[in-house]
Amino acid sequence: MENRKENPKNILSKVLEVLSTMASKPSGLIGLSILFFHITLAITSPWFVPYDYKAIDPTLMLQAPSSEYWFGTDSLGRDVFTRTLLGGRIALTVTFFGSLIALLWGGLLGIFCGLVGGKIDDIVMRIVDAFLSIPWILAMLLIVSLLGTSIEVLIPALGFFYGKGIVRVARAATHDVIAKDFIASAKARGHSNMSIIWNEILPNVRDAILVEGAMRWSWMLLGFSSLSFLGFGVSPPTPDWGLMISNARGLMSFAWWSVISPIVGLSSLIIGINLTADAFAKALGIDRSTKAPV
Amino acid sequence: MANYIQTVKNLSIGFKSQKGKEISILRNITTNIKKGETVGIVGESGSGKSTLALAMMGYVKHGLYTMSGECLFNSSNLLNMTNRDLEKIRGRKIAMIPQNAGQSLTPNLKIGYQIEEALKLHTNLNKEERESKISDLLNKVRLPSPDIMALRYPHELSGGQQQRVAVAMALAGNPELLLLDEPTTGLDVTTQAHVLELLKDIAKDTGTSMVYVSHDLGAIAQVCDRVIVMYAGEIVLEGPVRKILKEPIHPYTHGLLNSIPKLSLSGLPDSMPGSQPQPGHAGEGCSFYDRCNISVEKCKDSAPKLEYISEIDTSVRCFNHQELKINKKKNSFSNNINKKNIKINEILNLNDVSITYAKQSFLDQIFNKITDSNPTVKDINININKGETIALVGESGSGKSTILKSIAGLLKNKDGSIKFNQDKVLSSDLRNRSSDDLRSIQLIFQNPDESLNPNHTVEQILSQPLKLYFDFKGEELKKNIIQLLKKVRLGEFYMGRYPRQLSGGEKQRVAVARAFAAKPDIILCDEVTSALDVSVQAAVLDLLNNLKEDLGTTYIFVSHDLAVVKAISDRVAVLYQGRLCEIGPSKNVYQFPSHPYTEVLLGAVLDPDPDIKPKLIAEDIVEEKPPENGCCFQGRCPRILGDKCRNEVPPWQIGENGNSIRCHISIKDLKSQQF
Repeated sequence: MENRKENPKNILSKVLEVLSTMASKPSGLIGLSILFFHITLAITSPWFVPYDYKAIDPTLMLQAPSSEYWFGTDSLGRDVFTRTLLGGRIALTVTFFGSLIALLWGGLLGIFCGLVGGKIDDIVMRIVDAFLSIPWILAMLLIVSLLGTSIEVLIPALGFFYGKGIVRVARAATHDVIAKDFIASAKARGHSNMSIIWNEILPNVRDAILVEGAMRWSWMLLGFSSLSFLGFGVSPPTPDWGLMISNARGLMSFAWWSVISPIVGLSSLIIGINLTADAFAKALGIDRSTKAPV
Repeated sequence: MANYIQTVKNLSIGFKSQKGKEISILRNITTNIKKGETVGIVGESGSGKSTLALAMMGYVKHGLYTMSGECLFNSSNLLNMTNRDLEKIRGRKIAMIPQNAGQSLTPNLKIGYQIEEALKLHTNLNKEERESKISDLLNKVRLPSPDIMALRYPHELSGGQQQRVAVAMALAGNPELLLLDEPTTGLDVTTQAHVLELLKDIAKDTGTSMVYVSHDLGAIAQVCDRVIVMYAGEIVLEGPVRKILKEPIHPYTHGLLNSIPKLSLSGLPDSMPGSQPQPGHAGEGCSFYDRCNISVEKCKDSAPKLEYISEIDTSVRCFNHQELKINKKKNSFSNNINKKNIKINEILNLNDVSITYAKQSFLDQIFNKITDSNPTVKDINININKGETIALVGESGSGKSTILKSIAGLLKNKDGSIKFNQDKVLSSDLRNRSSDDLRSIQLIFQNPDESLNPNHTVEQILSQPLKLYFDFKGEELKKNIIQLLKKVRLGEFYMGRYPRQLSGGEKQRVAVARAFAAKPDIILCDEVTSALDVSVQAAVLDLLNNLKEDLGTTYIFVSHDLAVVKAISDRVAVLYQGRLCEIGPSKNVYQFPSHPYTEVLLGAVLDPDPDIKPKLIAEDIVEEKPPENGCCFQGRCPRILGDKCRNEVPPWQIGENGNSIRCHISIKDLKSQQF
């Protein structure tokens, strides 16, 4: 056929279109650049960091920033610049996969509940509500102290706790869609349930769930860093922002540099993800002016 | 100048596009509103009529800005006033009545309290004075027993009553100018006629100026002294209501009037080709050039100015208005519909169908019986013949859409049987229907925005029924889609578009194409034209009629618009509260209104002619539930006989022309009373 270009776009060009819409507003552009910057650093930093992150040198304790040690050194004489560059890697990995798990189980369960309705929906949602009422940090501490702090434990545990909110969003989005006439129309035509879910419902709830997932990612990052800060996340000497802040916070009054750089790293990443998620929502046409409570 | 209450001078309002281009929505609007005058602003959606009305109270919607010009109210410019100054004018000097009163009233406050709030804000009355003023106002808007009304919550009132409360609130501050934004859209015909009557009387009694924004020329004809016709952000015609509606000298108004179905004319209305240009897309020339049938070379390159013709006190924006031949009193539309004599060849038979929304007990669900003694829809018997168009009419709550849904198999709770092709009983649950039965009955919904999946392209939308029923693939699928698009007069290039890239009329065409893709025997049309502009409505009706003639499809057409029904249907069934009142050939139902309810309905229809007044013979208050005993229409019937009507269900009587009515009064007596 002649007019191929008018036909449905493939996924890649759709993604590019969304990205370019996001980048057309300053806030979206800033968010995307910060996120891109952080991800690139996390991937490439092991090859160009100036020092070994675990090389302890008591003679270099708490050096102020200089041309040799750009961000100074910490209480064990390790280079803060090196450790800051490397500090986001584990946090990003854990939370990225964690949010994927959260998206998957939260989204699927939410869509399921929205579809079946009735008693099953009621029961599942009350269980979800019950879990929502448990302070996540206490529950995480329990899990971590029982099962250890390895990544294999942290990712599913975080994924579980941050998926609960997604269940609600996915369920609400599904409820919205199934009341529409095009669903009634598909039913009246006699499509099977699976075909209705796959063709009519999923494309319409997908965007809302993705945006919610992006938002959860930034919250999970904060949560993971809090765990590290409390000593239940990454174990030393692995460089991690939460851990670095926790170690250096007592020395803040005379060695500000060792605490300021991980803070800047962590908050800029969270701001970056938040701005990106907002721009993402706007590009997809979902209003996030009323944000869900954390 | 003294007798102008509002002067709009050279007003342009627009927005900046993402690329920084200035795009205007209103272009150089200049008009005046005299004291005590009611001015109608008409136009199709997107013509800028609401933006103009809002600017008249100094409000410019978020995202828009004033590009030039001013709105003078008592010689002060509203558009550069501070919010504080505007607060003193809004509500006191200029009041607004919104489109949907149900949504503009606070649901958790009693209406008396809400009116009192308005009084507190806009007047200096003390508590006792306010209280008497509230019942005064409620009396003025003709609400029964105002003292009891004041203690009710908005949800306890009907739509018409809510609109009356909104009028009362607007009148609280004794405004000099009243802005009404589609105040009767969404109300039933009878209610609409009553509310318009009320507005007219208020204008007369209080001397308030009114600006009445509407797309409905019938409503405009009833209340307005002067009419402004807007097209693509410009005034194209302005003048006294009789001149505009009876002898329009602008081709757009002319076309608009011809595209409205009228009770007095038979046949389908004439549609106007094309669509209104989007903001910023109007060319150098006249914005109506593309759709105009009297355009000349000049119209393409230079835009006509608004020209005032003093003999008829009318301003017109057209070079060529003298050319426009005004058809003297028409007897029928040129596009006459071919109403063949339908052979008795039953395709669908509704036998004693009752439907309830009440929750059924477990046992009743098993035996599929209705125990509800007073179901939403009761005892519907209709035979539908192959190739005919049968219309179900009635006000909201008459159960017409419910019946459609149950034919489609979307409702479960029901009694009675639906037979297809004479002997095949259709299951009430669509899951038990065969694929071929499902294919034979297709639905078209009211609102194409809701009935088309926003994430699917037109190609995907149309391929669903084709894949499901005929298993088409690849080139064959594509060929069929192109054929379907051609059938509904859309080009091949629409295949890759998403619904949001289409106009309202185009979307509805796609929905029509999707229904026809299944090669159905019966198409259920649920208010298919109510969400469309009149010129688009005419085109969709024309399309449906052509498709029917080509393919011999049977339509079951649900609508609240009696004029539309008259234009397209062969037979009409009149429903009230889920009970059938009258059924017969549409010609006869419209000519000899036999059942009192049919008479009430037809009397309330508004023609776009200021000299034809609606006949209001019954109250517009709709009961919540149908009565347990007796005739369903007893509550509002103007010809009620007394206890007989209250206790006995009226029998069916068959009139001489084949229309059956259900009434205790004999057809002969009814006829003599009606004429």
